[in-house]
Amino acid sequence: MGLFVAQLLTGLANAAALFLVASGLSLIFGVTRIVNFAHGSLYMLGAYFGVTLMNTLPGVFGFWTSILLSGLIVGVIGIAIEVCVLRPVYRAPELFQLVATFGVILVIQDLTLMVWGAEDRLGPRAPGLKSVVRILGEPVPQYDLALIAITPFILLALWWLIARTRVGVLVRAATQDREMVGALGVNQSWLFTGVFFLGSALAGLGGALQLPKGGADLLMDLNIISAVFVVVVIGGMGSIPGAFVASVLISVLNVFGVSYIPQSTLVLMYVVMAVVLLIRPYGLFGREEKAGEHGQVGEPDRPIRPAGTKGRLFVAALIAALALVPLVGENFTQVLITDIVIFCLFAASLQFMLSTGGLVSFGHAAYFGGGAYAAALLVTYADTPMELAFLFAPLAAGLLALIFGWFCIRLSGVYFAMLTLAFSQLVWSLVFQWYDVTGGDDGLVNIWPAEWLSGTTAYYYFTLIVGVGGIILLRQLAHAPFGYTLRATRDSARQAEATGINVKLVQWSAFAMAGAMAGLAGGLFVFSKGSIFPNELEIGKSFDALIVVFLGGVKTLSGGVVGAAFMESAKDWLTRLEYWRLILGLLIIGVVIIAPDGIVGTLRRVGERIGLLRTQEFMR
Amino acid sequence: MKQIKTVVAAAAALLTVTGAALAADSIKIGEINHYKRLAAFAEPYKKGVELALDEVNEAGGVLGRPLEFIFRDDNGKPGDAVKIAEELMTRDGAVMLTGTILSNVGLAISSLAGEKKYIYLAAEPLADALVWESGNPYTFRLRTSTFVQAAMLAEEAAKTDAVRYATIAPNYAYGTAAVEAFKENLKKLKPEVEFVTEQWPALFKIDAGAEVQAIEAAKPDAIFNVTFGTDLQKFVREGTTRGLFDGRNVYGLLTGEPEYLEPLADEAPEGWFVTGYPWYDVKDGPAKDFVDAYIAAYPGETPKIGSLVGYMTVESIAALIEKAGSTDTDALLAAFKDLKVETPMGEIVYRDIDNQSTMGAYVGTTAVKDGKGVMVDWEYKNPVAYMPSDDDIKAKRPAE
Repeated sequence: MGLFVAQLLTGLANAAALFLVASGLSLIFGVTRIVNFAHGSLYMLGAYFGVTLMNTLPGVFGFWTSILLSGLIVGVIGIAIEVCVLRPVYRAPELFQLVATFGVILVIQDLTLMVWGAEDRLGPRAPGLKSVVRILGEPVPQYDLALIAITPFILLALWWLIARTRVGVLVRAATQDREMVGALGVNQSWLFTGVFFLGSALAGLGGALQLPKGGADLLMDLNIISAVFVVVVIGGMGSIPGAFVASVLISVLNVFGVSYIPQSTLVLMYVVMAVVLLIRPYGLFGREEKAGEHGQVGEPDRPIRPAGTKGRLFVAALIAALALVPLVGENFTQVLITDIVIFCLFAASLQFMLSTGGLVSFGHAAYFGGGAYAAALLVTYADTPMELAFLFAPLAAGLLALIFGWFCIRLSGVYFAMLTLAFSQLVWSLVFQWYDVTGGDDGLVNIWPAEWLSGTTAYYYFTLIVGVGGIILLRQLAHAPFGYTLRATRDSARQAEATGINVKLVQWSAFAMAGAMAGLAGGLFVFSKGSIFPNELEIGKSFDALIVVFLGGVKTLSGGVVGAAFMESAKDWLTRLEYWRLILGLLIIGVVIIAPDGIVGTLRRVGERIGLLRTQEFMR
Repeated sequence: MKQIKTVVAAAAALLTVTGAALAADSIKIGEINHYKRLAAFAEPYKKGVELALDEVNEAGGVLGRPLEFIFRDDNGKPGDAVKIAEELMTRDGAVMLTGTILSNVGLAISSLAGEKKYIYLAAEPLADALVWESGNPYTFRLRTSTFVQAAMLAEEAAKTDAVRYATIAPNYAYGTAAVEAFKENLKKLKPEVEFVTEQWPALFKIDAGAEVQAIEAAKPDAIFNVTFGTDLQKFVREGTTRGLFDGRNVYGLLTGEPEYLEPLADEAPEGWFVTGYPWYDVKDGPAKDFVDAYIAAYPGETPKIGSLVGYMTVESIAALIEKAGSTDTDALLAAFKDLKVETPMGEIVYRDIDNQSTMGAYVGTTAVKDGKGVMVDWEYKNPVAYMPSDDDIKAKRPAE
């Protein structure tokens, strides 16, 4: 009994920091509809400022002042991010802002390293709260009790702010219908800035508050972000009480998980998330999204057309040029282009479901890595010939997509995205923790292509044929009747349904198709690298694909491919430099601000303006 | 369909930018590491490398040519590391590869090395699979194997009366391998021990309070700790606060390394038996020379174990090339056979049987002195006695 209570208290104490960060993220999402990837970075900054301030300000007063100050400073940084980075892109397509926040993550990572150095900082202990209290004979740290006491207080304060003040009325109004709020004469910009300040300050506060239980290090930004997403989704996007209940739920479950299934703690969280979403698609306290809130913001999607004769000739010439590379280029050029083509195919597969199908997946890496692992497992355990194992990659990924897709397509908008994320994290945690089969973190090695493909040039041609073939196939599909049907379901599900289209079936097929093509890319990947590790299934890999699709232009057909080529090349070049993350981050933010329609979309617009491209008919 | 144009343009741009010529007559070594992802470990390593490079080149280089390292960042991703390795070997003219801290990146490069016949000296990865289960003729490893370090701790543990053991290790390959090695060695020495609980926090995501409660609930006599970095900090703090370590023997793998002990400052655990690196306490000989040179080269900094590994990596490569007399892959491969290298830790040998070096480990007891965590009563142990038997190793390594 004593142990049980003590464990419960540990869980409650752990919930504190998680709740603060999650409530901030939830608040920002609720009002601005921005999924702020950089929220973990703000949490990290809070911890670093906290450590520095606590070492300067002495005593009990200094300790608590430091925590408040850290929150304030991070809040101000949040304002700077909102004003400089996000404000210019509010009118861009939905979710485009997350590309900008990704750039912010990179910038903050390098700036933190510059300012505070590489060494991990141990957080100071809370003065006056250094020892334990015996509860039913079990030791419970005093600071844990303090955290348990503080959290409801913050929850109450937030509740009061949202429910009882004019600011809160505006926030709630904006959460429900921000256009209406604007129409009623409320200055949206300031409302957004204010909410960003509050959300960021909460993250900073969370970072500083957890210091006595941990410290500040350079990995904490990405370490917390997936847990925060889980909490926000379980609680319901935009709901503060939801964030509270979910962070308590996750933290307490985790504590008991540690005792009873110590080897599967990672899996647990994502299982809970998937189950909650299946039973309550909008989270425990979330509200159903209103139709029209997602998908179409700003200019409507343009009708697409097959490329003209000029375009086709152009592409043919480029493919020919690529085919000639081995004759003139050196060995490494082929290795690099192989990498780029694989990533382009992966991005194109996501673009197919995201742009053409309007299905925003946050977990596309599951199919890329899934395909790669399927092939690698066959080679490792069954000594399957490479050719057969390679064919199995898209099949397995397609099957996986078929299974997950069946669950996911029942949801829509951001909840669809979150369920795909949950499934992909589930796959990742399984692969990571099922050591006996997948090799866990040590991955599967020595997965090399068959003899006839083992040379760099041979594999280069193989990748070129399969990769470019896959990209062209996806493009053809968009122009086929299936593509038209898919776009109909994207633009108006109800209208499509009325004309006799089986919307869910079409979406399900698109999901599976995109998964299979991602698996094909995964198959190419594993044999080009000779090994596969769980990081190809990580959240980061999914975000990479998402980012290049938006960067290239979500409302175009070729955006994903162009974005992927741009990003891979930029990365390859920049990683030679000392502060490459800073430069890459600034580059991404720059592109986002200069080209809010993505690279291809903006080029097209410029081309139309100066008369290089014909303006499409419907725009005249 | 502008995509392919972009690909070509990007590739063309790359050709012109990266083709810049380096000093033509230097011998180049490709060094891949996670300079950003694991900055806390990679920076001291790089400093050790640069210190040794200066010394080698001041003394006239190797084979009369300067030795040069090309440092590249892989962001901790095995896929990127493989690409960079190809570039280093085929475009930049590196004669061999080295580097990496993360085991998975090391394994990825090692697999590439075996396939493409590149020589790879894995400097720091902890996974023993590199030289055993996934070993290949082209991959060599410098750092003391995890098995050996765990065996040294098990030997000490077997001397006590403790019977009930708890283990806590990060839930990834290195953690599981370390626990397995500790159990195997301890059971061999003392068959009556039992392992009452095994805790597996996710790497760098420990829930320290819960872990401490779970271990306490199992009432062990002794604890084997494999957590490191921020996980270790949190574990030590919660464990100390809640009295987990009172009256219990604790054995800590790597806990005594300055990378992990220093951030703990006066909260460093006392009385743990650990492997580590007591640089502050070495009195004389090459070990002391290294410490002095390091502090002189980087005022205000102190050497970490990573610095020492970086330094020894360069010494190994310099000795290798001198012995081979050329930078030809076959000559280097032949020269690696039983290569002897003079290092701050004394002479080490790259064993022919598994390509593992005989770099040893410092073992000792932790204490707090002047507000800092240190190792006391330490000694340097040669690893050879703790290695698995040659037959065991042969059975583990894939047939060549």
